[in-house]
Amino acid sequence: MQRQVALIKQSLFDQGYLDEQFMELEELQDDANPNFVEEVSALYFKDSARLINNIDQALERGSFDFNRLDSYMHQFKGSSTSIGASKVKAECTKFREYCRAGNAEGCLRTFHQLKKEHSTLRKKLEHYFQLARQAGPKETARRPK
Amino acid sequence: MINPGHGRGPDSGTNSDPFPAGLRVLVVDDDPTCLMILERMLMTCLYRVTKCNRAELALSLLRKNKHGFDIVISDVHMPDMDGFKLLEHVGLEMDLPVIMMSADDSKSVVLKGVTHGAVDYLIKPVRIEALKNIWQHVVRKKRNEWNVSEHSGGSIEDTGGDRDMQQPREDADNNSSSVNEGNWRSSSSRKRKEGEVDDQGDDKEDTSSLKKPRVVWSVELHQQFVAAVNQLGVDKAVPKKILEMMNVPGLTRENVASHLQKYRIYLRRLGGVSQHQGNMNHSFMTGQDPSFGPLSSLNGFDLQALAVVGQLPAQSLAQLQAAGLGRSSLIKPGMSGSPLVDQRSIFNFENPKIRFGDGHGQTINNGNKQMSLLHGVPTGMEPKQFAGSSHMRVQQQMAGMRPGQNVQSSGMMLPLADHLPRGGTSMLSSLGQQQPMFSTSVSRRSDLTGAVRNGIPETNNRVVPATHSVFNNFPADLPHNNFPLASAPGISIPVSASYQEEVNSSDAKGGSSAATAGFGNPSYDIFNDFPQQQQHNSKLNDWDMRNIGLVYSHQDTAAASAGFSTSEAYSSSSMQRKRRETDATVVTAHGQNQQPLSRSLNHLNHVFMDGGSVRVKSERVAETVTCPPATTLFHEQYHQEDLMSALLKQEGIPSADNEFDFDGYSIDNIPV
Repeated sequence: MQRQVALIKQSLFDQGYLDEQFMELEELQDDANPNFVEEVSALYFKDSARLINNIDQALERGSFDFNRLDSYMHQFKGSSTSIGASKVKAECTKFREYCRAGNAEGCLRTFHQLKKEHSTLRKKLEHYFQLARQAGPKETARRPK
Repeated sequence: MINPGHGRGPDSGTNSDPFPAGLRVLVVDDDPTCLMILERMLMTCLYRVTKCNRAELALSLLRKNKHGFDIVISDVHMPDMDGFKLLEHVGLEMDLPVIMMSADDSKSVVLKGVTHGAVDYLIKPVRIEALKNIWQHVVRKKRNEWNVSEHSGGSIEDTGGDRDMQQPREDADNNSSSVNEGNWRSSSSRKRKEGEVDDQGDDKEDTSSLKKPRVVWSVELHQQFVAAVNQLGVDKAVPKKILEMMNVPGLTRENVASHLQKYRIYLRRLGGVSQHQGNMNHSFMTGQDPSFGPLSSLNGFDLQALAVVGQLPAQSLAQLQAAGLGRSSLIKPGMSGSPLVDQRSIFNFENPKIRFGDGHGQTINNGNKQMSLLHGVPTGMEPKQFAGSSHMRVQQQMAGMRPGQNVQSSGMMLPLADHLPRGGTSMLSSLGQQQPMFSTSVSRRSDLTGAVRNGIPETNNRVVPATHSVFNNFPADLPHNNFPLASAPGISIPVSASYQEEVNSSDAKGGSSAATAGFGNPSYDIFNDFPQQQQHNSKLNDWDMRNIGLVYSHQDTAAASAGFSTSEAYSSSSMQRKRRETDATVVTAHGQNQQPLSRSLNHLNHVFMDGGSVRVKSERVAETVTCPPATTLFHEQYHQEDLMSALLKQEGIPSADNEFDFDGYSIDNIPV
């Protein structure tokens, strides 16, 4: 079981969903804070859902206030970076570029892609954490220090 | 010394120094994910973390617990308040080191962090390794304060207590040092507040034996402080004397010393702006030849630089140049040739009255033109510094020139001359030369001071920001301290008087310079003794100086503008000061103001010119020195505060609150 969990985690990294930052977070986890990474992830998804919502609304309005969109996305990117969500981060960067170029179409497309990545990551992580909990706390991301 | 209780102990090694464990960190970020991660990381480093997701909340937390934190980490982009604004507030009010962070790693933003005084800038995602060493900023700051206090003859007692401070120990008043150490240790912050106060207040020399917690530098207190400093002369001001002059019960020398340090940094920052200007001035200088004519271009430049630095000076310079030279051929931004000239311009500035009187009729336009030239000069942090240094230099040069020059100008200059061998002279010269121009340009005002004033006020606003930014860069280069100016008794004060008004006005205006201003210098008023009243004088006028400052504003970079404004501010402040003060004061003030400019100018000169320019300057200085208005220049010193505000404004840092109490200034090491 633990091995399975480890494999899943590894695949997340390999596939580029997560990057080293995630590992940093795992490093922060210890006996005193055994579920730190999971907690942070939960927080991230909650907060990013809110951001996505804001962006969605802004886009739906059709007004395309690029500055505002860029600002939202900057925030989104910051969170995603902090948690190590690399694919999501990549989409954020693209989105911002489109914003700067004033390319509404590009923004919409990228945002759609971003939401997809975001949702995929969420599912994968949820699955991962679930397994990890089942496998036992030790398993959670503890890299050999 | 060491407070046994704190375990810091003299490295006895008995117990390992827990430091930096227990460091009290306040982290501000609107992103909850980041906040949580940072908190966890900081706790892993064994720091005491307080997290906050809103800047306003963070500020109020800090204000409530003045000594409750050692360091602040803040995000740049926050919805309720810009991170840089928070940075400014914290720096001014609480004088705590602030680290900025952001996912944005673009150079401009990082630069902004530097100019606003951040001690570090972290790029997200932040790694724990980056956080492990943040304690160094706290220690460094304390050390600097100690150093400052040492220089000023007192021991600075910082609430933080510096553990490593060796100096304090060696200081006469070691109480502080031990206290500080003890303080540090008690990082169990709770104790710190009171306990530290005790430690700090130990200095027996202080008037009050109360232990005082970190002093809050209110507007009034700051003004008193500035008044005292100006009276003593920026360079000569030592905490002990300042303390005596202020005569505030309960205020310790340490408090004054650390505030003085900050103030100097602030001035330096202003000067830094001028440095940029100085660079420009540099160009001026090269182009200028002994005659005023050529100087004009330089002067304009210098003025700009000076203005930037001192806010006022720049204006004065510009005016001077305009007046004297009547030429707008300004300086090519690249002129590097004449750092000296700049100084000269400064001199001219002061002297114009003497020499040119209103004959010059140079219009401010000339000056303006010149100012615009400055725009060309690459701005950037450096310039600012330069501005500061040139300014200072100029002052120094001026000081040097004194021997053969008019008392007034020389008086003011002299101090400068001493310090700024290189660029100072030219600046002085240019100043002198510029003065005439000023007159002309001022003619609007009818008197230099008037012109200066106008110019200055604006610059002040602008300058302030610049200075502010520079402040970090410069190692206290600005010779605020040296203000030999006092020796120019003959200097006519009229100029200064007007200057003051102008400065005030400008301050009030906040920013005539479009570009840079933005600074609300309200806080700067604090610095200026006079400003309060004058602030709203809008005498400001459209002095060339102002234009000059404005011109600068357009500089490509804010820094540049800032730099300019600084110079201008300086000029204007000097001018104003002149007005206000008596000769002695004027001199001092002027010197002070000038210093930053000189410094920056000098610096600029220095940069551009090698020794050669220095020589040139001296020659010129002699010429210009004769101008009596020199004193006026010195007065500007007061305007430093204005300058600071101006600079700050330039940088867009709203210095709206008086709390700006200015941390900016105490940089003593502004590299000239």
